[in-house]
Amino acid sequence: LSEKPLEKETVRRVADVAHINLTDEEVEQYVQQFKYILDTFKELDEVDTNGVKPSYHPLSLKSIVRDDKVKEWPWDPFSNTKHREKDYFRGPRIA
Amino acid sequence: MNLCEKAQRINQKYRAFNFISDQLDRGHGRLEGYTVTVKDNICVKDMRSSAGSRILENYTPPFDATVVSKARLEGAAILGKTTMDEFGFGTFNVNTPFNIPVNPHDVERSAGGSSGGAAVVTSVADFPHLAIAESTGGSISCPASFCGVVGITPTYGRTSRWGLIDYANSLDKIGCMGRNVREAALMLSVISGPDEYDSTVLRKPVPNYLDFTTSTLERFKVGVPKEYFGDGVDKDVSDNVWRGIKKLESEGADLKEVSMPFTKHSLSSYYIVAMAEASTNLAKLCGLRYGLELPLEDNFDEYFSRVRTMGFGEEAKRRILLGTYARMAGYRDAYYLKALKVRTRVIEDFKRVFKTVDVLAAPTMPIVAPRFDEISKLEPHQHYMMDILTAAPNLAGVPMISIPCGEKNGMPVGIHIMADHLEEGKMITAAAGVEAS
Repeated sequence: LSEKPLEKETVRRVADVAHINLTDEEVEQYVQQFKYILDTFKELDEVDTNGVKPSYHPLSLKSIVRDDKVKEWPWDPFSNTKHREKDYFRGPRIA
Repeated sequence: MNLCEKAQRINQKYRAFNFISDQLDRGHGRLEGYTVTVKDNICVKDMRSSAGSRILENYTPPFDATVVSKARLEGAAILGKTTMDEFGFGTFNVNTPFNIPVNPHDVERSAGGSSGGAAVVTSVADFPHLAIAESTGGSISCPASFCGVVGITPTYGRTSRWGLIDYANSLDKIGCMGRNVREAALMLSVISGPDEYDSTVLRKPVPNYLDFTTSTLERFKVGVPKEYFGDGVDKDVSDNVWRGIKKLESEGADLKEVSMPFTKHSLSSYYIVAMAEASTNLAKLCGLRYGLELPLEDNFDEYFSRVRTMGFGEEAKRRILLGTYARMAGYRDAYYLKALKVRTRVIEDFKRVFKTVDVLAAPTMPIVAPRFDEISKLEPHQHYMMDILTAAPNLAGVPMISIPCGEKNGMPVGIHIMADHLEEGKMITAAAGVEAS
């Protein structure tokens, strides 16, 4: 696994991608915790996985789809939002 | 006192609920006379369903999850929503801004996680009760073990996940808890089976699992994986579990020691996969359509970040960040793909041993329920280590059941019976054997 040392800048970049704001103290704390956790994960290097396929699911699943028929959605999609405008959800500005 | 008032009493004493209904609608069927509680990450119509998270604190689903509909169709009355770690992120049910449940056997100790509330109510209810719970990496088995109840995690896909506020699509399984193997088997029979809303649910017929509670153990082969009794497993826990295994032998089962060498790598593989999936799954929680919403003042980047920063707890943020890191360009092959390949090795371990044995028996957890003051001293990676025995079967998606098997200083010990995919019947037969003796 990655030998690159984990730095504050990396944690800030990851948080930016994940849309989570971190304080300087939190960045410091996560750098320390992530080092421990990522070091633990390095033990996976001991496993020979040459030629091994990744298991995205525990069983081989076949995709099954319903008939493509329009069905009435019986539930009110707006029942849990304050941000409604007529029959639309209102969202934040794009720019 | 009616049952809703009894639930309030349980909540005052053990903090097991996040929502309690004020009326019970009963019907007819196999669950007639039973009340059912539902883990808070499974949607119940008109009952607040927070998944233990501030970001869904006021979310009230307008529909029932499929497993809840199935329970209602068989006559169950839904009593309320049981507390849990935020989204299921935890082993001790301490990672939530809402109720942190206490263990009925010692209120200074954890009830286990993440389905802690479900295990507590199952343990203390003095009325007919069954719990619907959910496991990603051990969240049914762990609290069942710590609270001394029976917990079933079925094969991945045996139960529909529709209506589950899920965090790891390839790992989440809805299961159940009961006071004994028969009741848990009854509940599994009810909630299993096809669902047109879940494309990953298995289309196999559902047997009546109660039929397996009386099967014979003659010529039954029980595998004992030596890796599950190694360093870190408390000796008293191990001794109790061995007594349970010997009881199976005395009832006619043959014992066989087996080796599953990739077990020790399952924990890292599990956490990388679970965190990577969590980081994508929880992207939908951003203050639009449902959940925590704030005034729409900023641009979308700032708005989403503000909602998520305010709504997610510390452990949720930690897992989202680690999962995002493991999927980012430059790290994806090293962490995420590597973990998925190791998962293949872990699945191969199970498939190989199930060619020679019917079930596996091992301790559910390496320790009995710890005290809260002990938990508060643990670092995050030490929390994760507690899942060392449950990570592998959950990663492989095989069914498992935890049954009470002795105690240490008054605290319950659980024995874990695991079986091959869709062999819940064998697992239940062995569990009934442990329970009967």
